[in-house]
Amino acid sequence: MPQMTDERVHAGLIHEEDLSLLNEVSIKTAGVSRLEMCIQCGSCGGSCPVAMDMDHTPRMLFAMLRAGMRDEVLRSNTPWMCVSCYHCVVRCPQDVLIADVMYTLKGMAIKAKLYRDSTPPDFSQTFVGMVENYGRSFEFGLASRHYLTHFPLRLPGMAGMGLGLLTKKRMHVKPRRIKNIDQLSAILEKAKTLELAS
Amino acid sequence: MNEYLLYPGCSMESSARAYMESLLAIAEPLGLNLKEITDWNCCGATEYVGINLIPAYSLIARNLALAAQQKNGMKAVVAPCSACYLNLAKADHYMAVRPMLGDKVNDALAAGGLHYDPGTLNIRHLLDVIINDIGLDTVKSKVTHPLHGLRVAPYLGCMVPRPDYQNRWSDHEHPTELDDVLKALGADVIDFPMKTSCCGGHMTQIGPETAFELIRRLMYEADQYKADIMATVCPMCQLNLDAYQGEANRFFGTNYKMPIVFFTQLMGLAFGIPAEKLGFGLELVSARTALKQIGVEVPIKEEPKRRKVEGLPMPPRLLLKGNNGKKRIKEAAK
Repeated sequence: MPQMTDERVHAGLIHEEDLSLLNEVSIKTAGVSRLEMCIQCGSCGGSCPVAMDMDHTPRMLFAMLRAGMRDEVLRSNTPWMCVSCYHCVVRCPQDVLIADVMYTLKGMAIKAKLYRDSTPPDFSQTFVGMVENYGRSFEFGLASRHYLTHFPLRLPGMAGMGLGLLTKKRMHVKPRRIKNIDQLSAILEKAKTLELAS
Repeated sequence: MNEYLLYPGCSMESSARAYMESLLAIAEPLGLNLKEITDWNCCGATEYVGINLIPAYSLIARNLALAAQQKNGMKAVVAPCSACYLNLAKADHYMAVRPMLGDKVNDALAAGGLHYDPGTLNIRHLLDVIINDIGLDTVKSKVTHPLHGLRVAPYLGCMVPRPDYQNRWSDHEHPTELDDVLKALGADVIDFPMKTSCCGGHMTQIGPETAFELIRRLMYEADQYKADIMATVCPMCQLNLDAYQGEANRFFGTNYKMPIVFFTQLMGLAFGIPAEKLGFGLELVSARTALKQIGVEVPIKEEPKRRKVEGLPMPPRLLLKGNNGKKRIKEAAK
């Protein structure tokens, strides 16, 4: 049972490094993931709108987790392809929190530096950097930095669209900062010292 | 009067400005009193949770803690943006079912002098409030300019009907709530089979070819059903289908011109509010032709006029020849 393992880790009865990969991922996931309940039915892959671009369907990935294939799992592009549409989540007969497990795997891949394409993690990190600085997202800064680094060739084709968004004031040239950014920074500083599984 | 705390979210101030403008315009006729949460911060979208879990949930929970302080007897927090709605609802839900998460998030919040007890707030999406609190009868009673003859494809996207922690929606994949609102406005509502299919989310930024395919499927389907316009409840859906439709068209060699607007904009039109007060004209794929069919004119904002001079815009040699040159430019401009 996920809750039991969770409680035992919390109570210091089991150490994180002694856990199976499947349990480790399950515990590091936000809700009660029920990952160990997967019956390999494949409803997830069959429901997924981007399965065609994934290295492994979610079902395959979960089988690999159970087999302890840490490197292969963390190198898979599957979590990075997930669009968080939650089709698989509502169709899963075992109520596995598939989308949240994908978030966990992304975080683990970043920590282990095991992703193959740096575009998605860079985008996430640039976005988070802006939010940590300003407390709000800053689309113009994010888009210009991201496209210049990763998709310079897309820029000419996108110029019209970007200009449209700017002239219609649907994108601000300057970032907006929340008033109590110090409070937010203090919260995030503290949060970064905490982990769910320890 | 229905009073709610409003969590607008970042996009409502920028890319989804039309959503905010039209929401404020229809709030009064609907008797909706919205109080913005003071000093709210970004919800982290779908990005922060993939990097670092406790900071991601603490970022969301700061908003919940602030909202709980400012609640003052109000019923609920309303979020018009799907991703914001889901993030707030998810943090509230997971902090309750996974006390270990709740405790750690509260440890972090304490560093900023805040605290949040999960379950204190009711997190709701705008569409849910309109359907369940205000009611279709009230909506119908405010309609003065029914949208007869406008074929609308209702498009909710993913994060409002799913995962649905509180079982608020009629169905997770084919909910009928948005259809009902649009029907109450008098529109011809299409039974749109892809109403909760994905718009591509952040893939337009990190895996464009994947995103273009998802956009193409939606455009194809809306076109097959002969929709004049799509109506959405989500800023991300609107941005992806509106701003990247051109790029997707170029990628596939298609020529879709499907306008996509917010459902609140159509509500405003049906209530007789002028189009310019509802953010029409801000969409990149213009809704002007679709609206003309039902007799709504969207005024075109005057663009700065360019001087008409033949040839390339070089500093004209003519000018060097004194006043005579200026006259000739004027003549050329005629």
